[in-house]
Amino acid sequence: MSTHSPAFRLAALAAATLMALPAAAADRVKVGLLSTLSGAGSGLGIDIRDGFQLAVKHAGGKLGGLAAEVIVADDQMSPDAAKQTADRLLKRDKVDFMTGIVFSNIMLAVAPPVFQSRTFYISANAGPSQLAGAQCNPYFFSASYQNDNMHEAVGKTVQARGVKKVALLAPNYPAGKDALAGFKRFYKGEIALETYTPLNQLDYGAELSQIRASGADAVYVFLPGGLGINFIKQFTSTGLNKEMKLFAPGFSADEDVIRAVGEPMVGILNSSQWAHDMDNAANKRFVADFQKEYGRLPTLYAAQGYDAARLIDGAVKTVGGKIEDKAAVRKALEAAKFESVRGEFKFNTNHFPVQDYYLREVVKDGQGRITNKTLGKVFDNHADAYAGDCKMPAETP
Amino acid sequence: MTGILVLEQLLNGLQFGLMLFLLAAGLTLVFGIMDMINLAHGSLYMVGAYLIASIAAASGSFWLGLAGGVAATAVIGVLLELTVLRRLYERDHLSQVLGTFAILLMANEGVRMIWGSQPVPMAMPAALSGPVELLPGFSYPAYRLFIIGVGLAVALLLYLLVTRTRVGMQVRAGASNREMAQAMGTNVRLLFTALFAIGAALCAVAGGMLGPLLAVQVGMGESILILAFVVIVIGGIGSIRGALLGALLVGAVDTAGRTLVPLLFGQLLGPAAAATAGPAVASILIYVLMAAVLFWKPRGLFPSHG
Repeated sequence: MSTHSPAFRLAALAAATLMALPAAAADRVKVGLLSTLSGAGSGLGIDIRDGFQLAVKHAGGKLGGLAAEVIVADDQMSPDAAKQTADRLLKRDKVDFMTGIVFSNIMLAVAPPVFQSRTFYISANAGPSQLAGAQCNPYFFSASYQNDNMHEAVGKTVQARGVKKVALLAPNYPAGKDALAGFKRFYKGEIALETYTPLNQLDYGAELSQIRASGADAVYVFLPGGLGINFIKQFTSTGLNKEMKLFAPGFSADEDVIRAVGEPMVGILNSSQWAHDMDNAANKRFVADFQKEYGRLPTLYAAQGYDAARLIDGAVKTVGGKIEDKAAVRKALEAAKFESVRGEFKFNTNHFPVQDYYLREVVKDGQGRITNKTLGKVFDNHADAYAGDCKMPAETP
Repeated sequence: MTGILVLEQLLNGLQFGLMLFLLAAGLTLVFGIMDMINLAHGSLYMVGAYLIASIAAASGSFWLGLAGGVAATAVIGVLLELTVLRRLYERDHLSQVLGTFAILLMANEGVRMIWGSQPVPMAMPAALSGPVELLPGFSYPAYRLFIIGVGLAVALLLYLLVTRTRVGMQVRAGASNREMAQAMGTNVRLLFTALFAIGAALCAVAGGMLGPLLAVQVGMGESILILAFVVIVIGGIGSIRGALLGALLVGAVDTAGRTLVPLLFGQLLGPAAAATAGPAVASILIYVLMAAVLFWKPRGLFPSHG
């Protein structure tokens, strides 16, 4: 066939037109927000979603000046369902960014297709050690923390308070392993008991009697959402709360758990990279507007959802809306130019934040509300333990 | 210290086993008498829990919720039997499985439409939310003791109903030989509708009791239904006594497995390996128990058919 035939020219023209399409600057930015919106972990996903959407609203329905389209989907707390939905978001909806996953086992299941399609993933919660270390990826950014960090902060606190013997409990999944590894990195006393429960277990009767029998002075549990709510209720109903002190990461002592459990929460020490009483302008606006919009105090999940959106907003602004330029977007994300509700925000070389961690205590405040109060800093500019193992590819493939 | 641990785990196992019994009792009678596999049995447990939680939240009283929810679930059970399940008795097991599985899916979707996909919170009655000191230095949650009490009372009532009343005699006759019972003048249809109402009510009691301890959520019936099937296979199909013993056995093995297996693995393999393998092996233990029972007693421990 001659290259001058009309058919060839038509085909070439069509191909050129089609190829030219993506080169035109995008007029909107599509975000796939895949999160846990049903079941025992739904409170966490809902807070991420609400926080994210509040940030979009604050930016006038835009992200970085482009009209924002947020496609919300439920992962049903199941890696299988999450993978299918992620495929739909990536292939059919062709999202530019993904975010929202709560649970680390789901994050690890969804990561390969997301990275393969060269879509940026901005984590609003899950921060598995795998993605912080050897499997770090240029397309993965954590707007939250690395899984170990909050537990390291409590480990240090429990150590500093002279607790001799502690019982540990976490769910049997990647973040549960990370949690207790983090705790033990800074706690040097005796571990009377270390137990892992299935992620869908809601009755802790058997574990509570083991904890009692272990003779520990304190208990440390990492149980997110509904799991933590059930545990603390059952802990109180056995009377163990009078015999030993309960420590928790921010996840298990945040506003969602406090709302459900109430009075028995008072006195629980917990750690977080954020608190609703942190004193900065971005946070004050976030907390006040979140309460106005949704009628409840935000949790750290909501703060992370909000920051994830602000991070995307800042990066898209920096590249002037040219989100097809992946290398430029990556650079802009790495620079993290946005006002975080936790104050300063900067990334380590593995795309996980280097940030301060605080100790909070559940108290009855001046208005008679039961809520968290920040006591002070545990870590300054704290990095995670895995960054050294990360050989981040220098260029976006 | 270990004595207390064993005692506490026995109570935990008893509490869990009795709740399993409430589910298995209805399931096994339906299976035993009508030879009917009902996968929607767990849906009645879920619907019962939702109804009890809603009525309790609306009225502010756990007890009112329990009474209202149990009654409403019994009515739903009767309606289900009259409209749908009745048509499935004469069919083969495959049709029954497909039909009742469809009901299960519709129940899940229906509950999601009415109550949403988030768990519904349910509080235990305030008077029972604290611990009770059973022995010096050993306190146990009052609410779990209450569950044990209710479970034992229901088991006793059911035992008296089945062994001491005319209806119970007909139930036993139906379970061991349906044709003969029918020939002797038992109205099996009517008997079965009544039985289904009782089964549904028992499901609701279990749902309402476990609601504050677990979570009232969509799909809560499925995992516990599998255990209920294990119970009736172990106990012997169609026998109330078998269901009770099977349920207590499964409850005890499940609780003991969660304590002992990680402990044993910890001493043999070290804590890291135990953390990984322990929970996995513990959750298999019930099925190992079932396989062992079926190996030595293929019809279960207390089969009702001749």
